[in-house]
Amino acid sequence: MALIELRGLTKIFQMGENQVHALAGVSLDIEKGEMLAIMGPSGSGKSTLMSIIGCLDVPTAGSYLLDGQAVEKLKDSQLAQVRNRKIGFVFQQFNLLSRTSALENVLLPLGYAGLGARASREKALKALEMVGLSERVKHHPAELSGGQQQRVAIARALVNEPAILIADEPTGALDSKTGEEVMGLFQRLHRDFGQTVIIVTHDPFVARHTHRIVRLADGRIVADTPNPNPIPAGTPRPELEM
Amino acid sequence: MLLTQNILTALRSLMANKLRSALTILGIVIGVAAVVALMAIGNGATSDITSQIQSAGTNLLSVQSGRMQRPQAGGAPPSFSPLTLKDYEALQAGLSNVAGIAPVYSSSATVVFQNDSYSVSVTGTSEDYLKVYSYEMEKGRFFTASDRQSVKQVAVLGATTAGELFPNTEAIGQSIKINDVRFTVIGVLKAKGSSGFSDPDDIVLIPLETGYLKLFGANAIRNGQKTLNTIAISAASADAVDSVKTQINFILRRQHKLAAEAENDFRVQSQSDMLETLSTVTTTLTTFLGAIAAISLLVGGIGIMNITLVSVSERTREIGLRKAVGARKDHILIQFLIETMTLSLLGGVLGILLGVGIAQTVSALGLINSLVTASSILLAFTFSLAIGLFFGIYPAWRAANLHPMEALRSE
Ligand SMILES: Nc1ncnc2c1ncn2[C@@H]1O[C@H](COP(=O)(O)OP(=O)(O)O)[C@@H](O)[C@H]1O
Ligand SMILES: [Mg+2]
Repeated sequence: MALIELRGLTKIFQMGENQVHALAGVSLDIEKGEMLAIMGPSGSGKSTLMSIIGCLDVPTAGSYLLDGQAVEKLKDSQLAQVRNRKIGFVFQQFNLLSRTSALENVLLPLGYAGLGARASREKALKALEMVGLSERVKHHPAELSGGQQQRVAIARALVNEPAILIADEPTGALDSKTGEEVMGLFQRLHRDFGQTVIIVTHDPFVARHTHRIVRLADGRIVADTPNPNPIPAGTPRPELEM
Repeated sequence: MLLTQNILTALRSLMANKLRSALTILGIVIGVAAVVALMAIGNGATSDITSQIQSAGTNLLSVQSGRMQRPQAGGAPPSFSPLTLKDYEALQAGLSNVAGIAPVYSSSATVVFQNDSYSVSVTGTSEDYLKVYSYEMEKGRFFTASDRQSVKQVAVLGATTAGELFPNTEAIGQSIKINDVRFTVIGVLKAKGSSGFSDPDDIVLIPLETGYLKLFGANAIRNGQKTLNTIAISAASADAVDSVKTQINFILRRQHKLAAEAENDFRVQSQSDMLETLSTVTTTLTTFLGAIAAISLLVGGIGIMNITLVSVSERTREIGLRKAVGARKDHILIQFLIETMTLSLLGGVLGILLGVGIAQTVSALGLINSLVTASSILLAFTFSLAIGLFFGIYPAWRAANLHPMEALRSE
């Protein structure tokens, strides 16, 4: 049984008179420990798919088994718990709380998990160490570079040791060098800890850092190909990439 | 851990908008200050009047005319039946278990000593006045029954009056003119102390008979009867007050020839009656002041609700993020409730300080006595907390029910 089993997912948004079919029947299996990329043009439904996998939204129709559990049967508070324990979300715009330090940002999910103050601090510091920010724990987001901010966000996503790390265009707001650093971090988490990682990108070069590339168009999967030789992070981007 | 985190978050977001927060809590500050200050002034006034009533005399009963009577059965016009000297004499003859009975007729008059003139209430009474109203002599003597019988033109002054008329001179033995009638000062009373409303030491006492014959004139006479404002009676003991009251009723009804079914045409009030009347008055007053204060608290609460709604919509993304990392509805709800309660509590504490300040300033300026009680502070404190809770619920509920994905997508 796969970690994630999606069957015939559809998502329809009502926009006044019009209906937008953001997802039009997506079936997909993702195994534990996989690292894959979701690609597709803007508006193809990537973010919508991620929000459903990440339990931030529910599909209009279709089924979603997460770890054997039917997500559509979960109550609101159980969904919150799944988001807290099983999912780590990384956003293009980082979404850090601006008035709090890096450490406090990472502490946030632990607070909702109901962990005690001391244990929380230890875990948060360890997560920040893992992303290489031990020296910056007291800094506020405004005092950090974009790459550092994204690493704080990754530490926050990791801190509860989630089964799945979902990153929606994590390099979209970063320059290519910093983007490579972030991809290197994902590869290391995948290699060293067997972390399941789903990366959304419209950049083929970024996608080729993973083992599997799924292509979406108009809310449908149009291709699902293995990538046996992922690019190691730090490789310079080829001049004429398509 | 989450609670401290919540309080920290609340304080941070309030500090981030200092001016806005300050303006928001202003309503609560004013409301709470009003509650505390008004209650302090109300309490102060009540205790002033209470002590005034209590210091008026021990076991005091006062009889007054009943003013207008209902129209008579035969269509006769309503009659005014004043208390008369005869009533006093009947009570004097018939009452038992009393320590003293003082007939009182007061009229305002101008007192002149050399070139100074002074307006004051002049009271004709008997030698029992001293005992009945718990006065003591400072110097000189009080007039006696024989002074009354021989219509002596003598006067006893209250401490304030004596101080005004004779700031540097010895009062005893001086000759003064009251409405152009010559009197000799024979005594000065010991001060009782003013309690803010009326000064019990600003009086001139003269023998009642002298008053009728020389001073009060035709106003004091009605239907050929010498009238009185009040007959003040001191019961022999606290236990005797009720029985004396019954006797007064009996004697005066007979004296006024009232039919069995007729109502009293006079009023007998004991100290406890007066305290009771007072407490109904102050309760009404306190309720009224409380209502005004409550309205301003309500306005303050609406201000808090308004600003919290703004804050929720400004922080939609933050709420979405919190939900994305695992916040449940109740987490968000509590977070925003803590914010509104921090606001209202802050307003409450500042309001209490301001209210106490106002109350003490008013006292210090000698305008009116105020008394800040622990219960009024507790009330204000609880009320402001409740305001924060009540007016926070709707915005917090809105925040808690935001859709996580839509909140994250918002700008
Ligand atoms: N909350 C929403 N309300 C209305 N339309 C939406 C909403 N979310 C997404 N959409 C629409 O669904 C489609 C897919 O959007 P999205 O999943 O964000 O695409 P992508 O991430 O691939 O760019 C788009 O046409 C978008 O406008
Ligand atoms: Mg997107």
